[in-house]
Amino acid sequence: MLDYIRSYLDPSVQQTPGQAGNLFWALVYILIVFAGVSLIVVCMNWLERKVLAHMQVRLGPMRVGPHGLLQPIADALKLILKEDIIPQGADVFVFWMAPLIILLAVFSVYCVIPFGPTHAITDMNIGILFMLGVSSLAVLGIVMAGWASNSHYPLIGALRSSAQMVSYEVAMGLAVVSVVLMTSLNPTGTGTLSMIGIVRAQQAQQIWFLFKFFPLGLISFFIFAVAMVAETNRAPFDLPEAESELTAGFHTEYSGLRWSLFMLGEYAAMIAVSSIAVTLWLGGWMRPFPHWLSGPSWDLAFSFFPALTFFFLAGLTFYSTRRMPKHPYFRVQTLGLGALGGVFLLIALILSVPGVRRSVQDVYWFVAKIAGFLYLYIWYRGTFPRYRFDQLMKVGWKVLLPLGIGVLTLTAVVGVLQP
Amino acid sequence: MSDPTSPVFPLDLDEKERTFLDANELILNMGPQHPATHGVLRVILKLDGEKVLGLECVIGYLHRGVEKIAENRTYTMFNPYVDRMDYVAAVSNGLGYCEAVEKLLNVQAPPRANYIRVILTELNRIASHQLWLGTHALDIGAMTPLFYTFRDREEILKIFERYCGARLTTHAFRIGGCQYETYPGFEKDVKKFLDFVAPKIDEYEELLTTNRIWVERTTKVGVISAKDSIALGVTGPVLRASGVKWDLRKAQPYAAYKEFDFEIPTGQNGDTYDRYLVRMAEMRQSMRIIRQAVEGIPEGPIMAKVPKVLKPPVGEIYHSIEAPKGELGYFIVSDGSTQPYRVRVRPPSFVNLQALDLMCRGQLVADVIAVIGTLDIVLGEVDR
Amino acid sequence: MPEETRLPSSSPPEGGDKAAAKSPTEKPVAAAAPPAKPAAPAKPAGPTPQPWDSPLVASLKRQFGSGVQALTYLGQNYLEVDRSLIPEILEILRDQEQFNYCVDITAVHYPKRERQFDVLWILYSHPRKERVRVKTQIAEAESIPTAVPIWPSANWLEREVFDMFGIQFSGHPDLRRILLPEGWKGHPLRKDYGIIQQDQEWVQINLGIESGQ
Repeated sequence: MLDYIRSYLDPSVQQTPGQAGNLFWALVYILIVFAGVSLIVVCMNWLERKVLAHMQVRLGPMRVGPHGLLQPIADALKLILKEDIIPQGADVFVFWMAPLIILLAVFSVYCVIPFGPTHAITDMNIGILFMLGVSSLAVLGIVMAGWASNSHYPLIGALRSSAQMVSYEVAMGLAVVSVVLMTSLNPTGTGTLSMIGIVRAQQAQQIWFLFKFFPLGLISFFIFAVAMVAETNRAPFDLPEAESELTAGFHTEYSGLRWSLFMLGEYAAMIAVSSIAVTLWLGGWMRPFPHWLSGPSWDLAFSFFPALTFFFLAGLTFYSTRRMPKHPYFRVQTLGLGALGGVFLLIALILSVPGVRRSVQDVYWFVAKIAGFLYLYIWYRGTFPRYRFDQLMKVGWKVLLPLGIGVLTLTAVVGVLQP
Repeated sequence: MSDPTSPVFPLDLDEKERTFLDANELILNMGPQHPATHGVLRVILKLDGEKVLGLECVIGYLHRGVEKIAENRTYTMFNPYVDRMDYVAAVSNGLGYCEAVEKLLNVQAPPRANYIRVILTELNRIASHQLWLGTHALDIGAMTPLFYTFRDREEILKIFERYCGARLTTHAFRIGGCQYETYPGFEKDVKKFLDFVAPKIDEYEELLTTNRIWVERTTKVGVISAKDSIALGVTGPVLRASGVKWDLRKAQPYAAYKEFDFEIPTGQNGDTYDRYLVRMAEMRQSMRIIRQAVEGIPEGPIMAKVPKVLKPPVGEIYHSIEAPKGELGYFIVSDGSTQPYRVRVRPPSFVNLQALDLMCRGQLVADVIAVIGTLDIVLGEVDR
Repeated sequence: MPEETRLPSSSPPEGGDKAAAKSPTEKPVAAAAPPAKPAAPAKPAGPTPQPWDSPLVASLKRQFGSGVQALTYLGQNYLEVDRSLIPEILEILRDQEQFNYCVDITAVHYPKRERQFDVLWILYSHPRKERVRVKTQIAEAESIPTAVPIWPSANWLEREVFDMFGIQFSGHPDLRRILLPEGWKGHPLRKDYGIIQQDQEWVQINLGIESGQ
C-alpha cells in the first residue's frame, strides 16, 4: 500500500494521478480541490460583499469579526440551522435532487482543470469537451428546481435560464473551437482537446492564445468572457434569478441548506468557467512572460510572488490591526485580526522556502488569474443594469454567434496561411 | 389603445375554465410582497410566455382612511397627517394642504414664508427624484446608483432636520406661513448643498444616460402618447415626457413660483428613457429655482395673521400643486366649523398608476418592473 | 349600524341648529340668497359665491336653460347642474369646450339633505388653461351615468367614489371596491359611518380582543 502511494511521488512520474492510475492520490486531489474550491467560495462571498460595498460607498459586513471576516461563517451556520421549507405541492424528490445535480455537474468540471502541469485530478484527451458537456448539465438542475417548486416565479426563472444557457453555449463552443484550432499550429499539425495539452501548446508557441493572431484571439476571448457570465447567471445576465423581477428566480422557494447549495454551485461554476478561460487564453499555470523574461534570475524573482502576496496580505492585516479602535470592546477583534495577520505571515514564510516556492508556483499563477476574473464578476455586478430577456437572446444569437463563426473561420484561414 | 376615449377594460381573469394542458396563458401574481413593487402594490399579470397580455392592479393595502381622519380633526391637527401620504415628498404634501386651507381662509402667506416654502419644496423634489432614480435603477438591475442617490439625499434630509427637526415627515409648514424661521446658516447650507449635488447629478448621468444596457432597457418601454396621457389624467414628469409642456408651477403659479425663472423639461417619445431624462433635467431646474430663491429671499414676517382657532367660512375649494409625482390636489369643503367637512386628496400616484395597464400591454415582464419604477408611485399616496 | 354611530366630533350638519346645514352647495339660487347664512355674526360674512359669466356659461345656458347654475367662489368656477344632464353636459364640456383632462371625481355626503350626495367632477382644459368644477346632487339610491367613456381616467376615480360612498355609476366597466377589500361593510366616507364600530368589529374577528381603542 505504501509503495502504491509512494510510487506516484517518484519524480519520473510527470503525470496527473488520474493518468498515472493512482486512485489514492486522485482521491487526495479530489479532496484538496473540493476543500479549496469551497474555501475560495467562502472568501469570494466575503470579498464580493466587501468590494461591492466599497464600490457603492458603504462598508459592507463590519460586525461579525473584524471587518466582517467571520460573516461567511456566520451565514453558513445560519443557513445550516435554518428551517428547510418545501412548498406545498412540490415534487419533493425532484425538488431535493435539483441542487445536488447542479453541485454534481459543477464539481465534476474540476476533474480536468489543470492547476499545474501535474496538478490536476486527471487529464483527459477530450478534456475541454468534457468540461463543456458536464457544465451544461447544470441547466438540468435549474430546470428541475424551477419545475419542482410548483410556483410561477421559479418556473419562469427556469425557462429563462434554460433558454439563456442553451443559446450562450453555442457561442461559447465556437470561441473554444477557435482556440483548439490554434493548438494545431505545430509542425505535426495535430491539435488537442486536452486541457493540459492546450496550455502546453501555448508554452510551445510562446504566446498566450489571448494575443495569438492579434485581434482574433482577443475577440474569441471576449466572446467567451461574455458567454461565461451568461452561463453562470451573473449580472448583467442574471435574468434567471432577477431579483427585482422574479424575486429570486429558480431558487425562490428554496431555503436554508438547499439554498446555500445553489449558491455554492453558482460560485463554484464561476470559478470553473474562469479557469477554462485562464487555461484557454491566459496560459493556464504559466507565469507572465515565461519566454521574454526567462533565465534563472527571473525565475527566482517570479518564484517569490506567492510569498510576496502573503507578505502583502499580512502587512495589510497588521495595518488594519493598528487602525482598529482602541476601545476595550474591540480587543478580541483586534487580537483576532492580529492572529490572522500572523497566519498570513506564517504562510508567507513557508512559501519562501525554496522547495515549497518552486512547487506552488504553478498553482499560484493559476489561482491569481482566476482571482482577476472573479474581481471582474464583482465589478460587472456593481456597474451594469440587467439585460432584458429578448435583448439577451439578441446579444447571444445575433452578436456573439456570428462573431464566433467569423472568428473561427478567420482563425482557420490565418492558421492555414501561416508559414 | 389608440383611441383615448375608449377605456382600458379590466382583465377578465376567469373568463373560462382552463384545463391544465391549455397553458398558453399564465396568471402571475406580483406583490404585495415583491422587491420591485415599491411597497405594497399587487399586480396580477396575465402572461403569454413573458409577454404581458394585460394586468390588473390591486391596491389598498396601505389604506389608512386619511380623508376620514380629516373629518375628525381640526384643520391644524390634520396638517401632519398629509405628510404620511407621499412620504418621500412630505413637504409638497404639506404645501398643498396649507395653501388650500389658506385659500379657503382667504389669507396670504407672507413673501418670506413663500420663499422658504419654495426652497424646501424644491429640495424635496430633488430628494424625491433621487429616491426614484435609485429605486428605478435598482429595479432595472443597476445596484450602484441607489447608494449614490441615498448618500446625496442624506444631505437634503440633514437640511430638513436642521430646519424643523424631522427628516422624512417634516410637517414643515403651517397654515398661514411657516412655523420656524430659518436657522442661522440655512442659506449657506442650501448653497453648499447645491454646489455639492450638481456634480453628483452628473455622476448619476454618467452611470446611466449613455450606458448601453440602460438605454436598451428603457427606450421604447412603457410608451404612452400625449393624447393617452391626458385622457388617463396622467400628470407630472410622466405627462411631460410625452411632450406636453404642462407644469402647475407655470400654468397656475402658487407660492412664489411666479418670481423664478425656470424651464419645463419635456420629452418626445413618452418612453421610460424620456421620463428618466425629464426627471434628471427637473432636478437641475429645481436647483436653479433654489439658487434664485436663496439669493432673493426677502426679509419679513413668516406667518400671516391667522386666528388661533381656524374656522374657514362655509365654502369649498380645490387647490393643486405640482408635487414631484404630478398634480397633487386638495378639495376641501368647509361648513364653518373648526373641522373640515370633507377633505378630498387628488393623489398623483393613484391616477398615474391607472396608466400602468396601458403602458405594459404587449411588453415583457421585465418591462412591467421598469414601468412601475418609472411611474414613480408611492403606495402611501395611492392608498392614502 | 347607523344608530350605533358615535361620531366623536364633527359631522356638523347633524349639529342640528348650526347654520352649517345650509352648506355652500345648498344654494340653488346663489344670486338670490347669497350669504345664505354662515350666520355667525363674528365673521364679516366672508366671501360668497358669485354668479359666473362667460361665453362657456352662456352657451351652456342656451342649451340647458335653468338646469345649469354657474357660480364662482374665491376665484374658482363651478357649475351646479341637474342630475339628468350629467353625461350630456360632461360630453359637451369635453368635446366643445376642450376640457380634456378630468382631474378628479369625488363626492360629499350631506345626510340631512333629501338628495344626500354631491358628486363633483373637477375638470381642466389644457388648451384653455382653465379649471372648472361640475357638481350635481343625487339621492341615496340613485345611480349616476359613468364618465369613463368620456375620460378614461374616471375609471379608478369612480371606483373610489363607489368604494367610499356607495354611489353607483351606471355603465362603469368594472365597478368594484378599489381601496377597501371585497366584502367590507359600509362605505366609510359617509357621515353616518361609525369608525369606532368598524374598528371593534374588525379586531373582534381578527385579533380576538374587545376593542382596538
